[in-house]
Amino acid sequence: MSKRAVNILVPLISIILGLVIGAIVMAVSGFNPIDGYVALWNGIFMDSYTMGETIRQITPYIFSGLAVAFAFRTGLFNIGVEGQLIMGWLAAAWVGQAFELPKIIHLPLALLAAAAAGALWAFIPGFLKAKLQVHEVIVTIMLNYTAIHVANALIGVISGGGERTDKVHESASLRAHYLEAMTDYSRLHWGILVALLAVVFMWFLLERTTLGYELKAVGFNKNASEYAGMNVKKNIILAMVISGAFAGLGGAMEALGTFENISKLHAATGIGFDGIAVALLGANQPFGVLLGAILFGALKNGGLNMPSEAGIPTEIVSIVIALIIFFIASGYIIRVALERFGKKRKEEK
Amino acid sequence: MEYVIEMLGIRKQFGDFVANDNITLQLKKGEIHALLGENGAGKSTLMNVLFGLYQPEAGTIRVRGKEVKITDPNVANKLGIGMVHQHFMLVENFTVTENIILGSEPTKMGTINIKDAAKKVQALSEKYNLNVDPYAKIEDISVGMQQRVEILKTLYRGADILIFDEPTASLTPQEITELMQIMKRLIEEGKSIILITHKLKEIMEVSDRVTVIRKGQGIGTVVTAESSPTQLAELMVGRQVVFKTEKIAPNPKEIVLQIDSLTVADNRGVDKVKNLNLTVRAGEIVGIAGIDGNGQSELIEAITGLRKVKNGKITLNGKEITNLKPRKITESGVGHIPQDRHKHGLVLDFPLGHNIALQTYYKQPISKNGVINYKKVNEIARNIIEQYDVRSGEGVMSITRSLSGGNQQKAIIGREVERNPDLLIAALPTRGLDVGAIEFIHRRLIEQRDNGKAVLLISFELDEVMNVSDEIAVIYDGYIIDTVKPQETTENELGLLMAGQSLQENTKEGGQHE
Repeated sequence: MSKRAVNILVPLISIILGLVIGAIVMAVSGFNPIDGYVALWNGIFMDSYTMGETIRQITPYIFSGLAVAFAFRTGLFNIGVEGQLIMGWLAAAWVGQAFELPKIIHLPLALLAAAAAGALWAFIPGFLKAKLQVHEVIVTIMLNYTAIHVANALIGVISGGGERTDKVHESASLRAHYLEAMTDYSRLHWGILVALLAVVFMWFLLERTTLGYELKAVGFNKNASEYAGMNVKKNIILAMVISGAFAGLGGAMEALGTFENISKLHAATGIGFDGIAVALLGANQPFGVLLGAILFGALKNGGLNMPSEAGIPTEIVSIVIALIIFFIASGYIIRVALERFGKKRKEEK
Repeated sequence: MEYVIEMLGIRKQFGDFVANDNITLQLKKGEIHALLGENGAGKSTLMNVLFGLYQPEAGTIRVRGKEVKITDPNVANKLGIGMVHQHFMLVENFTVTENIILGSEPTKMGTINIKDAAKKVQALSEKYNLNVDPYAKIEDISVGMQQRVEILKTLYRGADILIFDEPTASLTPQEITELMQIMKRLIEEGKSIILITHKLKEIMEVSDRVTVIRKGQGIGTVVTAESSPTQLAELMVGRQVVFKTEKIAPNPKEIVLQIDSLTVADNRGVDKVKNLNLTVRAGEIVGIAGIDGNGQSELIEAITGLRKVKNGKITLNGKEITNLKPRKITESGVGHIPQDRHKHGLVLDFPLGHNIALQTYYKQPISKNGVINYKKVNEIARNIIEQYDVRSGEGVMSITRSLSGGNQQKAIIGREVERNPDLLIAALPTRGLDVGAIEFIHRRLIEQRDNGKAVLLISFELDEVMNVSDEIAVIYDGYIIDTVKPQETTENELGLLMAGQSLQENTKEGGQHE
C-alpha cells in the first residue's frame, strides 16, 4: 500500500471504527444510534446558531491544547493548565469590570492580565523545578486545586460576597453584535481570532526564533544545552511561564467572551484537562492542536444536543464521544495493522 | 569442515538504500569468525537478518546444512542462535537470575521457581568460568560482569551459536582480556562465535577467520593467521590506511592555555584535580595520557566552564577565564569535542542541521534579532557535512539519533573545528570509531596545530596519545605526574607513569609517590 493511501485511510478508518463502536454502545443501551448521530451532527452543524456555538466551544480548547503542547515540546509536563486557566479567567474578569478605559487599551489590557496571571501560576512549578528539582507534575496538580479555592475566595472579595463577578465592561468584551447577528444570536465572539493568532505565534516561537531553539534544546537534553552555553534554569522557568500564559488566555476567552464574568467554581472546568488530549491528538504541533481542538470542541458541543433531540442520557453521550476520540488517537494501531495487511498481500502475490 | 551457519548472497534494502548487497558469510563449527567493517558498513543489518529482526530481500540462510527462514528472534533462539547485544538489555534492579529467565520463567504451580533457575545459572557460570553471582543485582555489578550476564542469558536458552555485537566497546582493557578468555573457553566447549567489531587488534588476537564488508558489499573472507592488520584495514576501508599519521615538526609559539595550581572537586565534593599545572602553546598538540577516572573529566569541565573551579587559575591568551560561564569561554576562543557525545555533544532528537548550529545559533549570520534563519543554518551545515563526510539518511534533516556513532562524532568535530578556536579540546575524539574515521580525525587535529592553533587531546588509548601529540602530559590522581616527548618515551614507560610511578623515583628505588 502506498504511503499516501495509508495517510488517507488511517484517519478515515479510525473515525468509522469510533462511530461503529459508539453505535454499538448506544444500541446495546437501548437507543437508536442513527437518531443519536443525527442529533450529534445537528448539534454541530444544524444552523448558523449551532455552528457559532461550536466555534465558541473550540476557542478555549485551542488555548489549553497549545499550553499543554508547548510544555511537552520543551520537555515539561504541564498538568496545571486547568489552574492557570482559572487564574487567567479571574484576572481578565476582574480587569474587565474594575476599570473603565477605551476599548483599544482595555481589551488588550484584560487579555494581558489573563496571560500574566496564568504565567504567574505556572512560574511557581517552573521555579521549583529549575531551582530545587521538584517534579512539575506534582506541583501543577496541586496548584489546580489551589487555583479553584483562591479564585472562589477572590470572587467573593471582588463581588462583595456574591457568587459571581459583575459583567465586564463593553470596552473589555470580546463579544460583537456583528458576529452574534450573523450566527442567530449565538455567543460567538472574537476570541477565535485571538486563538488563531496564538497558534501562529506558537509555531513562530518554536520553529523560527533563537528562544524556541533554546527551549527545545533544553527540553531534549539539558547537558548538551549547558555545554552550548544556554541558561538551563532560565529556560525551564520560561517554558513553563509561556505555557501558563497560553492557558491564562484560554481563561480570558471565557471571561471576556462566553460568560463575560466568573462565577464561583464547584469543580474544575475540564478545559485544562481536555487540553492534554487535544495536545496529544495534535501531536504537539500548533496546527495539529488547532485540528484537535476543532474535533474536541465540535464533539463536545454536538453532544449537548443528543439528550434533548435523541433522548440519549449524557453519560452515554460521554462514552460515545470518548470512543470516537479514542479511536482517532489510536490511529497508530490502525497504521500498523494496515502495514501488516499490506505486507501479507505482497507476500501472497 | 561443516558449516553451522551459512548466509549466502544476502541482500537487504531499506527504501532505496541497500544496506547489504550479496553478502556471504559461512561460520564453521567451533571457530571464532570476525565480521569486520566500518561504522555503517552493514554489519549490524546482516546480524539482524540472521537474528530474525529483518527479512532479507534475497539470499538463503542455512543452519547446520538445512535451509531455514528466520522470521523472528524466537525462531533464531530455537535454532540455537543467541545474540550478545552491544547495549545490554538488562533490568537494572533485577537480580542476575531474574534477568536471565526473563521471558521464559520456569514455573512451579504458577509461581516462578527462582531457586532451580539460580542453580542452573550457577552451574553454567562455573562451566564457562564466568564467575557470576546469580543473586547479585545488575545495578551493583560492573559493566564487564553485566556482559557476562548477557552471555549467560544466551547459554541458558541453549544457544550454541553466539553473536557478539561490538562486545568490547564499553569494557576496560582488563575486562577485554577476560572476555577474550571467555570466548576461547566457549569454543572449547563446542560453541561457535560470530564477533562483530572494527577493532583490528582484537580480531588478530582471537579470531580464526575474518569476513570483511564495506559499504554493504561483501569483500571476502580471509584466514586471520595469513593476514595482517594492515591488510585487514585496507580491505575494510578500501584504500591504504596510515596507522601512524604523518606530520611535520611542531612549531610552538606563544602560550594559549595556562593552568596554575588548579583544584576541582567532583559532584560528591571529593577533589579530583589537585594542584594541577599545565601549559598548551599555539601550534602544538598536548596529549593528556592517563587511566580513566584520574581527573580528566573534571579537568575538561573546569576549563570549559561546566564545573566550578575550587582553587587555582585558568588563563586563555593571557586573559583569565576561571569560573566564567560556558558561553563566555566558548566565545573567548575555546572549541570542545566532549567526551560523551550523546550527553554533551548533541541534542539527539534535533535534526543534524540544528546540531551543527548548536554553538552559533544565536549569532550572526545565522540569527538576527532573535529570529533564526534556518536556510542559513542548513547551508552552513551542508557545507560541514560535505567537508567532514558525515553520512546520514536525509542530510541536514536527518534526526541525529539515527546517525552512526562515527558520523555523529564527525559532525561534532566539524562544528567545533570550523569555528576555528584558538584552543581545541578533544576528549576521547575517536572513541568507538573505525580506523578510517580515526585517521581522518587525527589528520584534522594535526591540521589545526599546523594552522597555529593549540590542541589539547585527552585519550585513554596509548597509541593515540603517542601518535598525535607533540608533548604528553601524564595525569595520575588529579595532577600531572610527568611531561614527556613521544619520541623520547616508550609505551612501557608511559604505562608506568599512568600507574602512578614517577620515573626518577622508579630508577632510584621504586619508591611510592606521596
